[in-house]
Amino acid sequence: MAAHALAGLALALASASGMAKPKGDDGAAAPNENPFPSTYQPYPGEAVAIVGATVFDGAGRRIDNGTVLVSGGKVEAVGDAGLSVPASYRRIDGAGKFVTPGVIDIHSHLGVYPSPGVQANSDGNEATAPTTPEVWAEHSVWPQDPGFSRALVNGGVTALQILPGSANLMGGRSVVLKNVPSRTVQGMKFPGAPYGLKMACGENPKRVYGSKGTMPSTRMGNFAVDRQIWIKAAEYKKKRDAGKLESRDLGMETLADVLAGKILVQNHCYRADEMALVIDMAKEAGYKVTAFHHAVEAYKIADLLKANGICSAIWADWWGFKMEAFDGIPENAAILQDAGACVVIHSDDEYGIQRLNQEAAKAQGDGRRIGIQIPDAQVVSWFTLNPARALGIDAMTGSLAPGKMGDVVLWNGNPLSVYSRPEKVWVDGALLYDAADRTRRPVSDFELGLPGEGDVK
Amino acid sequence: MSPRTLLLAASALVGASLAPAALAQNAPAGDFAVTGATVAIGDGSAPIPNGTVVVRGGKVVAAGANVAVPPGVRVIDGTGKWVTPGLVVAVTDLGLLDVGAVEESNDEYAEKAGFNAALDVSAAIDPDAAPVAVNRAGGVTRAAVAPVAANAIFAGQGAIVDLAADANPVQRPRAFQYVELGERGADLAGGSRVAAQAVLRNALREAADFDRRAGISRIGSGKPAPVGTGDDIPLDPRLAQTAQGRADDGLLTHFDAAALIPVVTGRQPLYVHVDRAADIRAVLALKKDFPALRLVLVGAAEGWRTAREIAAAGVPVLASAMTDLPGRFETQAATQSNVGRMMAAGVKVGLGGFYDNDQPRYAPQYAGNLVALTKMPGATGLTWGQALAAITSVPAEIIGEGARFGSLKPGLAGDVVIWDGDPLELASGPVEIYIDGILQSLVNHQTRLRDRYRHPHEGALPKAYE
Repeated sequence: MAAHALAGLALALASASGMAKPKGDDGAAAPNENPFPSTYQPYPGEAVAIVGATVFDGAGRRIDNGTVLVSGGKVEAVGDAGLSVPASYRRIDGAGKFVTPGVIDIHSHLGVYPSPGVQANSDGNEATAPTTPEVWAEHSVWPQDPGFSRALVNGGVTALQILPGSANLMGGRSVVLKNVPSRTVQGMKFPGAPYGLKMACGENPKRVYGSKGTMPSTRMGNFAVDRQIWIKAAEYKKKRDAGKLESRDLGMETLADVLAGKILVQNHCYRADEMALVIDMAKEAGYKVTAFHHAVEAYKIADLLKANGICSAIWADWWGFKMEAFDGIPENAAILQDAGACVVIHSDDEYGIQRLNQEAAKAQGDGRRIGIQIPDAQVVSWFTLNPARALGIDAMTGSLAPGKMGDVVLWNGNPLSVYSRPEKVWVDGALLYDAADRTRRPVSDFELGLPGEGDVK
Repeated sequence: MSPRTLLLAASALVGASLAPAALAQNAPAGDFAVTGATVAIGDGSAPIPNGTVVVRGGKVVAAGANVAVPPGVRVIDGTGKWVTPGLVVAVTDLGLLDVGAVEESNDEYAEKAGFNAALDVSAAIDPDAAPVAVNRAGGVTRAAVAPVAANAIFAGQGAIVDLAADANPVQRPRAFQYVELGERGADLAGGSRVAAQAVLRNALREAADFDRRAGISRIGSGKPAPVGTGDDIPLDPRLAQTAQGRADDGLLTHFDAAALIPVVTGRQPLYVHVDRAADIRAVLALKKDFPALRLVLVGAAEGWRTAREIAAAGVPVLASAMTDLPGRFETQAATQSNVGRMMAAGVKVGLGGFYDNDQPRYAPQYAGNLVALTKMPGATGLTWGQALAAITSVPAEIIGEGARFGSLKPGLAGDVVIWDGDPLELASGPVEIYIDGILQSLVNHQTRLRDRYRHPHEGALPKAYE
């Protein structure tokens, strides 16, 4: 992937988010591109210096006995023991501990399939038509899902993409969130993050619609429906670009923005042969796949994925639960990395999101056993900078580079060890979790007054 | 595995092209020693550096520090390695399916079956199913396989299996009955926990009544029928020949009622899946009306809230380690500290409940996470020794097999896993696995794919020729 191009896109969107509505040629108001704007503001935080820890910067660098300075909500500086610490900064002894950027999950359904998983809260799949590009995941996100707090305290997750489910070929728009408790979803929305379009190939769409006796009921049906709607989207975009639209179409707006490169395609796809077909379909339609999610067979076409600059967002070792997962192998990440392709460890799971670091470590060990040695610092990028790139937010977060958001995790040991947990988590420089301070542990509205409220989880 | 099948397995391995080189040595099958390794007995004790494990005749002879290797025994250098007993998982669907979502390959549940309690998984377990090989390669050597309830609160009868690559997986059929009494049980019983309690109590009453009329539990009392897989396999009461009738208002089929006789008479344990505290109390209260019941709790996400009552009742628990979300109202108070708190209160707790995508090979990771809790303020975790025991000896004891396997104590089965590091650590993995002293193949569908695609580009011929 052209990381810098995505970063530029993110910045462009960031600057566009607050601007006045552009006018069309005829003087009529063009659609508001940001009708549900983020209201997130960083919470107050003090300037801190974490001193003496092992630092993984997320971009592949390891600094032993390092120093990390965070001030004004931003990463200020990262260096070795020689980096001077201003006297006014709160000094945190990091000896024996580890620092990473905030963990990022590119594939979550928190909020849209929240806990408790009752039907009344089941809002992740608009499974009533095979393509629903008009729906937006943010309209389903329940900010009180207790899963957000578990992802923060056990997983160190500071940003995550919430996707619609995979019942549909086109499930709708995703939303990228900061992992901060809020009364509203707007209060969680990652400012300036581009939208994603959730697409799915394979078993799910053909099963869901085939069982209703409607198209698609086969993989060829999947592709036919997709290609037909991309043709329509191209026509819509052409009219829109010419200022000749007679009426708006929400679904077409999303697809036209994909074709315009403003919305990133996040494509659920397990099998290698299907990914190869999707790559060609994308070329035919004129868009780019940013990441294949659940790509359990990505290792089979690591060269193809590298050549096309597509990330593989994968589990470490999920296997065999469905037919299209039967060829998953735990060496998937290592073989991709070895081939120079982009690896992202994702969760798709309210439990997996609590230990993306652990999943990455398992994949590292499975690689080592077949002779692929991947340094810890590079493995950390699988759940920090790489997902940030595939979300188009890497200019803002994902690594401990000066000027980036102060999204930082202090771990009580190596995050690639099963015995380690987050000790402190900062989001934009605000301390939002501290294992030693019960007042820095979020509790969702749902849990108040019920058994287990405020317990360690 | 009987001694005869043990030999067959060994010869089959030797005959295969994938035979481990070690077996070619001129040493009796089932005899070996590992030296210089970190040895974890699995009984809750701390790991022993520079230890030795000796297995002879398929059984552990000695394990620990200062153990002498008898002459003539093949010696494996364990320097830098760890040795543990094979992992024991209860309960799981291992062997009942090839691919979970491919229904025709899945024998976990039978929503349209005419029977429920009478269902017996032992005839359906497939030792050749790919998940068996994949989980064996993760260090799992023994399992309690349970059916999944789909048409009634009773799922049916589970079996104790080994994961050896041979034709005889089932070590003990009809080892337990499994019943759902939480939200799932309520749904299966007709819509409420009230109904589930009525269904359960009526079923046990009918079984007891049937037994009184027909005297089934007295047939062959103390003298089990001869079977080929063990020496104390319980008689299958479903097949009892009796002309004695049953009460006119019986709701259960003859087969289901007969299957519950060992439960109500205490000859077969009843595994009860419940999570919320109130449901656990309701289960413990069953003993007042059915005193012979031998209960095992499965799940018990809120067990920590009733830990003292569970301990006082002497009921063991197979708990999920990582549940910390209110995924259902009945798991509202779930916390990763559940296992530690229950243990601290004196409850016997093993990790359990490995189904579908939550596979038995993940047990070491879960156990390691419970160790991690010991460093977290306010949390209750396990020592390393306790954590390993929770996936080896403790589940073995809970499923009634503690005298056969589950630790490296002398006399127990030679189920031994040699790891390339701390077995609970994420980056570690098994390098050799023995079941009853027999070296097991680690080759499976995944490793074959891995080898074929280690370098993904195609060569002179398509991948299908590699």
